[in-house]
Amino acid sequence: MGCVSKSVKNSRPLSSRIGGLLFVLPSIITVVIFVYGLIIWSVNVSLTNQNSGSKKAIEYVGLKNYTDLIVDERFTHSLLNLVKFTVVFIIGALITGFIMALLLEKGIKGEGFFRSFYLYPMAISFIAMGTVFNWILNSARDEEAGGLNLALQKIGLGFLQNDWYVGEKGAMYAMALPAIWQTSGYVLALFLAGFRGIPDDLREAARVDGASESQIYRHVLFPQLTPTILTILIILGHISMKAFDLIIGINGKSYITQVVAVYMWEATFDSRNYAKGTAIAIVLLLMIAIVVVPYLRYNNKQQAYR
Amino acid sequence: MHKSSFRLVAAAAAIALAVTGCSSGSDSANTDKEFEIFTWWASGGEAAGLQGMIDVYTGQNPETEFINAAVAGGAGVNAKAVLQSRLDANEPPDSFQAHAGMELDGYVRGGQLEDLTSLYASEGWDKIFPADLIKTLTVDGKIYSVPVNIHRANVLWWNPATATKAGVTMAPATLDEFFADLEKFKKAGVTGLALAGKGDWAIAHLLDWMLLASMGADKFEGLYNGSTSWTGPEVAAGIKNFQKALSYGNKGAGNLDWPDAGKLVTSGKAGFFIMGDWASAQWQSDGLKLGTDYTFAAAPGTVGIYQWLSDSFTLPVGAPHRNAAIAWLKVCGSQAGQDAFNPKKGSISARTDADLALYDDYLKSASADWSKDRLVGSTVHGVNGNNAHMAAYSAAVGKYFSGGFKDNAGFAKDLAAAYEAGKA
Repeated sequence: MGCVSKSVKNSRPLSSRIGGLLFVLPSIITVVIFVYGLIIWSVNVSLTNQNSGSKKAIEYVGLKNYTDLIVDERFTHSLLNLVKFTVVFIIGALITGFIMALLLEKGIKGEGFFRSFYLYPMAISFIAMGTVFNWILNSARDEEAGGLNLALQKIGLGFLQNDWYVGEKGAMYAMALPAIWQTSGYVLALFLAGFRGIPDDLREAARVDGASESQIYRHVLFPQLTPTILTILIILGHISMKAFDLIIGINGKSYITQVVAVYMWEATFDSRNYAKGTAIAIVLLLMIAIVVVPYLRYNNKQQAYR
Repeated sequence: MHKSSFRLVAAAAAIALAVTGCSSGSDSANTDKEFEIFTWWASGGEAAGLQGMIDVYTGQNPETEFINAAVAGGAGVNAKAVLQSRLDANEPPDSFQAHAGMELDGYVRGGQLEDLTSLYASEGWDKIFPADLIKTLTVDGKIYSVPVNIHRANVLWWNPATATKAGVTMAPATLDEFFADLEKFKKAGVTGLALAGKGDWAIAHLLDWMLLASMGADKFEGLYNGSTSWTGPEVAAGIKNFQKALSYGNKGAGNLDWPDAGKLVTSGKAGFFIMGDWASAQWQSDGLKLGTDYTFAAAPGTVGIYQWLSDSFTLPVGAPHRNAAIAWLKVCGSQAGQDAFNPKKGSISARTDADLALYDDYLKSASADWSKDRLVGSTVHGVNGNNAHMAAYSAAVGKYFSGGFKDNAGFAKDLAAAYEAGKA
């Protein structure tokens, strides 16, 4: 194979190589301009005092916008909200997805149906889902209850009725519920692929050695899932940090459930403080980069070995 | 029906032409073929009112093609972002909609708006608009926008049947009477005050009224010119009253937008509701009747004070069809334009000479107050503070409210910081 491709490569005329380059060039140019170019642009704005015409002369202020964020109570509030949301969301989705995968893993009848059945919520946009969950997570209780509180009453779990996303303490945890609901099917699919990737020989070998079913899971299968879990953590982590549409869809820009992306929107488009808005955006970008970049490097290395 | 309404418009246009043909010929400024406005009035009574004003305009300027770049979204949340990007790119529309007052501050300081003071003199608006309004619109001796309507923010709404049941026989004029009535509602097993917490602004709207009611118009205006301190005793007393009022609110307010909270009142589940007079327009389009299904009074403690907000049109610097835009602004400020717009929008004319026969009972009463009351601007709707101030003000209220309205001192500090944010 390698030999063939080599000979093809050598015999390929220059024009076809240029042709190939021409094909990818538009996407390279657009990515360079609209992704990397605009990142540099945003960094540049975040180092100035640009504030929608409130001051005529735009000047560089160094890292002032960033140091201001550290002491900005609004920013730390939205950051803390984001952390709460992320932790509950990721752990919740991991656990529910894992349990569902465990149930399907044995190859039950109609597995294909269940897989797409559980994956289906992924097809719904966050904003549409937000509108629905805005109603489902209504905080009215007892006789006035609707949505989830009413459902809890009907199944005799009335004591679990909750303020959901308007409760002072639990607002962000409640926000994580719809996110978990939506992505656990996806986590299920990833885990299932992870289970399927484990060669049957291993199980059989373990059985021959006299391991019980639970021992096979604990000592043979689960350790093999570590790369899958890492993948899931990265994917959910970056989805979670960018959370915006779900929050807006459920509770608008209300202070209580503001996360970093919502505060960024407010600073940029409501206050029209572009410098502050871009500074928040860059902080968010760095946070996501810290999660994603090591993973990409790890993945590339794995690919290189293959 | 379609045909006849078309004929009507045509006839109106013809008459308008005949009447104004001479004068529009003499200033003959508008030779532009096109004219583009930017608004967020895209549906309902707002769009219908705007169309009424457009009809007046096209009647007077038949040669100009009217382009309406409406971007849908309540209170212009989406529109403002689009508009800002166009202004920053130096591609302004010929005229755009904005709340009158300090909300224009960013545009003014950025040199993005033309001074319209001479238009006020030549059209006689400096005399026909109330003096208080002119005073608020004037920034460093210049006026930058033409108000097309006036809404009132400080209105108390209630359901007569619920009030009778609770033994509330007349509208509370003072805060003391207001709190006494809230107590009556509570005793009758009805939530005293309908609150809408979603997005924080409706609670901020309530605070804006409460501060005004607690300290009076002069001190209140002082908050925005620096003569009243945000951390002083007046604001502290206002916050205390606010806290007390909130304690009579409905549970689960955080889930509700203002129409939901309004429904609590019209359906008899809550007693009072403090909201701007767009509530009346909303309820009438829902088929409710003023007087039987709901009724109103000036909000307690602010009788004789008209807390207003206004939509206005502007002339951006570098407008491609400047003459057409000036012709539009003349329509906006004219009696014919305002009377075509406001009865449909559910607001009153900013002019003191509106043809009241065109307006419903609520608007008639509001118009009467408009001509005689002390006028004070609304904070939450763009008159008193610029965008940065409003965003921070609303967040401060959200923090206080969602935190169970306990930390009064911290709240005052946050409000003070919001005021400073507006000055930065």
